[in-house]
Amino acid sequence: MSGAAAARGLQALRATSISLAAIALALAASAVLILLAGADPVAAYWALLQGAVGDGFALGNTLARTTPLIFTGLAVAFAFRCNLLNIGAEGQLYAGALASVVIGIYLTGLPSVLHIALSIAGGFLAGAAWGGLAGYLRAARGINEIISTIMLNFVAIFFVSYLVHGPLAEPPGFFHQTAMVAETARLPVIYPKSDLSVAIFLAVAVALLTAYVLWRTPFGLKLRAVGESTGTARFSGVPVNRYVFGAMSVSGGLAGLAGTTEMIGGQYRLLDFFSPGYGFDGIAVAFLGRSDPIGVVFAAFLFAALRVGANHMQRTTGLPTSLILVIQGMVILFILGVAVLEWYRRRQRG
Amino acid sequence: MPLLRMERITKTFPGVVANDRIDLAVDRGEIHALLGENGSGKTTLMNALYGLHRPDSGRILLDGAEVRFSSPMDAIAAGIGMVHQHFMLVPPLTVVENIVLGLKTANAPRSPLLDLRTAAARVRELAATYGLDIDTGAQIWQLPVGAQQRVEILKALYRDADLLILDEPTAVLAPSEVRHLIGVLRGLAASGKAVIFISHKLNEVMEVADRISVLRGGRLAGTVAAAETDPAELARLMVGRDIVPPRRREGRAGDPVLRIEALRVRDDRGLRAVDVVGFSLSSGEILGIAGVDGNGQKELTEAIAGVRAIESGALDLTGLAPSRGERFRNIGHVTEDRHHTGLLMSFPLWENLALKSSDRPPFGSPLWLRVDAMRRATARAIETFSIRAQGPDSPVSALSGGNQQKLVLARELGLRPRLLLAAQPTRGLDVGATEYIHQRLLAARDEGMAILLVSTELDEVLALSDRVLVMYEGRAMGLVDAGEATRETVGMMMAGMERHEAAVQGGT
Ligand SMILES: Nc1ncnc2c1ncn2[C@@H]1O[C@H](COP(=O)(O)OP(=O)(O)O)[C@@H](O)[C@H]1O
Ligand SMILES: [Mg+2]
Repeated sequence: MSGAAAARGLQALRATSISLAAIALALAASAVLILLAGADPVAAYWALLQGAVGDGFALGNTLARTTPLIFTGLAVAFAFRCNLLNIGAEGQLYAGALASVVIGIYLTGLPSVLHIALSIAGGFLAGAAWGGLAGYLRAARGINEIISTIMLNFVAIFFVSYLVHGPLAEPPGFFHQTAMVAETARLPVIYPKSDLSVAIFLAVAVALLTAYVLWRTPFGLKLRAVGESTGTARFSGVPVNRYVFGAMSVSGGLAGLAGTTEMIGGQYRLLDFFSPGYGFDGIAVAFLGRSDPIGVVFAAFLFAALRVGANHMQRTTGLPTSLILVIQGMVILFILGVAVLEWYRRRQRG
Repeated sequence: MPLLRMERITKTFPGVVANDRIDLAVDRGEIHALLGENGSGKTTLMNALYGLHRPDSGRILLDGAEVRFSSPMDAIAAGIGMVHQHFMLVPPLTVVENIVLGLKTANAPRSPLLDLRTAAARVRELAATYGLDIDTGAQIWQLPVGAQQRVEILKALYRDADLLILDEPTAVLAPSEVRHLIGVLRGLAASGKAVIFISHKLNEVMEVADRISVLRGGRLAGTVAAAETDPAELARLMVGRDIVPPRRREGRAGDPVLRIEALRVRDDRGLRAVDVVGFSLSSGEILGIAGVDGNGQKELTEAIAGVRAIESGALDLTGLAPSRGERFRNIGHVTEDRHHTGLLMSFPLWENLALKSSDRPPFGSPLWLRVDAMRRATARAIETFSIRAQGPDSPVSALSGGNQQKLVLARELGLRPRLLLAAQPTRGLDVGATEYIHQRLLAARDEGMAILLVSTELDEVLALSDRVLVMYEGRAMGLVDAGEATRETVGMMMAGMERHEAAVQGGT
């Protein structure tokens, strides 16, 4: 055990150091941009830090924002371990949110624990169905999952939009939103001033569970085998198509949980376009976390901190919040740079 | 004065000294063989000569004058031609088009136009002179590998090569084609050209070469005249010790494990690749399948393994495949391409070893892996199969080819399958690893395993098999008992002759 763990640990350490180096480089490069914009990078980054984790309120906001990013990051990472690119976390998030909200509003009279559990299960299953659909198309019809998940995003987002404009609109229907979920379906709040609920613990627990599934179960081993080499998996008797379907389903389910926790962990009702792109940020989070569930947790926190801190930075230094997008983009670019370098070195050796 | 002299050529790659102070001299009219195991540095040395990369140190002299090539174009201009291990032809172009491709002036020095007719005439003339039978108008993809190789040789001759390098030219040929190629090379030498012939097969080199330079681990182990040496000495030079041929004990075949009748299988392109009348394989028996690469052996094994659909016919696995999962556990499969169908290259050894049995004791259960048990089992396999690895946790990609193959064998034999499919089990391996794998296969057979051995190396098939089935264009040309299988008969069957014809021609 200790040997395997040590080896994994070493690998993780290497991966982590690459990600950290990329972050440092991105911050350094952005500092140049800040200078060019005529501001003081040290002051700007200090404001960013203050805004993200400076006090309880800031930290609460950052953690609240971390939660959905953990789920969508896990979703993308999980599929990627099977060599599938799930661009559809956003749509799966909407599917999960829809199911959870419906259960939360209409399935009343249950004990809270059961109501919450059902809402979570519903969100997972709805996301899994939405992801599984892309998985089925890929496995049975050979349709590229990148394309299908992108298109299914639109279907999910606009289907929800249609629902909140009509069938599910809260009476009398002036606002394009659903009613609030019942009290019994809401997750306990940790820090009332921000939207921080126990969902963050759920997210971390699910990350640990995901890591366990990937590295400590036959399902995870075979799923990763399919991701590494379909040929080897197939010749070893792994039913590749079933695993492709399974991986996309679980991935969708994880993204669905992001919708669930948004609904029963703070927003309590479904609005048009309620997600600020958590599903798409999940791609970057998974990438920065190197498709490692634990790495995803930290990457999600970092991205959340950047987003939350950006407002404070804008207020105190006048720098636009879009600078954060630049930093995020550069982090990804630098990681890509390292990946390309590694690939090139391997090729030279091989 | 020799035509070519290479002096103290050294070439290092990150972490390897591929060539270490190698001297080589080749005369006009000589066939000079370069013999050595895989990875001993033969290709690297020739690439240095051909201008593909520059040696770190050392000199190359042509006719006594030092030359420095910065690209193959320089080498070609100096009269050097090279036929690579992997051909460099453009499949949709015709033979002539390929031959003139890249020449500034295809024939007439000043004509701006491409005169393919004159070029074709000259190609035909060259072909006739050296016995390189070819259809100049055919497109490359239509031609069998043997003919493609002739195109490569013609390409070099068309550029007036005085020195022709052939890198492992016989690897893709049937024995009869090898004989033909040897005839061609003799003709070239007789006309005054020098030939460097790369190979790792002793018999071949003895037959074709005037002199033989042997490389071992990047160094020159010695240069000997073919007339004054024997295979045993060459083997010693090549490996650094005596090699013992595998010893096959008399065996008793048991009950049939696999029966095949009128089996037809299609390849990836949908063309019929296998059309075999029938055979059976019993426990305690090695059935060798001989044949040149690409004659349906791959599709046949894959159909038996259950990873390729059969078109028609009967494949009776005598109860080995009650379910999909059982099938993969009861049939061991050393696949032809260990990188793409055998191993998970970036995964640790133990995960590779556990792959086929991760969801049942002793390695696991449906819900979790028993990592400790797996790592211990891997450590034992490392020991028993003498796999050179740091430990169960190191990635497979860190192992050499031979050790990777041992790991595959350890996994497949570890399942104690009743039937083992061994496809090219020693391809690309050094002599030591090859010996070891042969011993393991024979031991498994003595313990009652049924083994289907697919190999393009005729010597390997003959040394290990109890019976030999020869495949040609998807059909079985005949089944021969080990006692009656000679190089000659089996070789002729590999070229498409039925068994009785081959027996007559081979004089057996
Ligand atoms: N381009 C390369 N980069 C790194 N190592 C190489 C390269 N080409 C060959 N080698 C190494 O050099 C050694 C000799 O290889 P090679 O000349 O191909 O052997 P041979 O042709 O005798 O089989 C091997 O260890 C091989 O891995
Ligand atoms: Mg070579």
